[in-house]
Amino acid sequence: MTPVSLSNNWPLFLTTMIVKILVVFVVLILIVAYATWVERKVIGHMQTRLGPMETGWHGLLQPIADGLKLFFKEDIIPSQASKFTFVLAPMMLLVPAFITFAVVPFGPDIEIGGYLVTQQIADLNVGVLYVLAMAGLGAYGIVLAGWSSNSKYSLLGGIRSTAQMISYELAAGLSIVAVFMLAETLSLREIVMLQREPLWGVVDFLPNWYVFSQPLAFGLFVVASLAEINRVPFDLPEAETELVSGFCTEYSSMKYALFFMAEYANMVVISAIAATLFLGGWSGPFPGFINLLIKIFAFMFFFIWLRATFPRVRYDQLMKLGWKIMLPLGLVNIALTAVVVILMQ
Amino acid sequence: MFKEFAKGLSITFKHLLPGHSTTVQYPHVKLKPSDRFRGLHRLVPTQDREKCVACYLCPTVCPAKCITVESAENDKGEKYPAVYRIDLLRCIFCGYCVEACPVEAIEMTAEYELANYQREIFAYNKERLLR
Repeated sequence: MTPVSLSNNWPLFLTTMIVKILVVFVVLILIVAYATWVERKVIGHMQTRLGPMETGWHGLLQPIADGLKLFFKEDIIPSQASKFTFVLAPMMLLVPAFITFAVVPFGPDIEIGGYLVTQQIADLNVGVLYVLAMAGLGAYGIVLAGWSSNSKYSLLGGIRSTAQMISYELAAGLSIVAVFMLAETLSLREIVMLQREPLWGVVDFLPNWYVFSQPLAFGLFVVASLAEINRVPFDLPEAETELVSGFCTEYSSMKYALFFMAEYANMVVISAIAATLFLGGWSGPFPGFINLLIKIFAFMFFFIWLRATFPRVRYDQLMKLGWKIMLPLGLVNIALTAVVVILMQ
Repeated sequence: MFKEFAKGLSITFKHLLPGHSTTVQYPHVKLKPSDRFRGLHRLVPTQDREKCVACYLCPTVCPAKCITVESAENDKGEKYPAVYRIDLLRCIFCGYCVEACPVEAIEMTAEYELANYQREIFAYNKERLLR
């Protein structure tokens, strides 16, 4: 009996959907919470410190303690702030970060009781486009936070973030274009499927991960997405040395926690997208989602490692890197890919 | 450029490996200060009394003017400090009092955990300094 698609049976479809969303959401929240702990530990050790040690074994309860502390803190809204947008901004940042994960496939299709269950919340045929769109939406959160706080530091942080996100989204987008010129699909699920074949159709022992055919695009994407999620060395919107805390200067309590969560959620999502587009997504030696988790953790470790190592770039260097180096490189990569694709046909 | 990036990354990674941390878990593990560390003062006792002969050299030399001495004479006709008080909130732990003392009656110990809740507690009298 061939398995049928779940969409023919709407109550079952709804239940599996809700279960999938809940599982993904909870896992994401857990990763986000413990990413803060891992980051503090790893950076601590890299700077020959220990990081949190007192709350629980080696500070394992630190994220919970931090969360509780922020939850019970006084929620301050500055009297001159634009209240509606001030409250809206943290959500505008967090929600796109979480819903981007909806298109990430985390395992092969499985058959349960004669029904075909995809291990992905939504298989959009324009998946990559959706990812880029949500990344663009995230910028609004930061801009609104900066503007509605009615503080010079926040505003400067917000403006910086707009300029930065626009310039790096282009580079990130262009680097992905080269990938779906090879894949000829925008669906992340099919991109993963294509990457399970042998490399270039000939090398048996290696998978056809696009990092092998598109190393330049991979590098561009990783650097550009680092800039897009405001991670060190591109964390200019919240440059502590100049802007106090950038766009989240005026925020306190849970709203501040939302910004923090959004930053780490963005990290997880970007890692997942990079793994899916370039490193074969969930394909690998282990069962389904474990491969994806390993790849996500590897990327997150790399991001944390970068943070412990490199100083922040200057603003003009950031703009120069985006417009004068990464954008032309992305275009050259597309042109080269196009030539190769035509020659191969 | 990329070589330097890789070099930086390798340095931080080396530090991540176990055994590179230099942090001491302070309240649980305490380091022993150097022998020359200038911590809380101590009046040196002899068998029956303090060594101090109330010569007023330490309050004279004290740059922070934190030492108060009042001399008196005991039955044997020896001078001794009836009052010897150090206001630790003013003390700058320079150790000049130790240098100035002709009979080595005052010295500085390794004790550095001096935080407390009330200002009055920081005025150390003779009994608290004689340890």
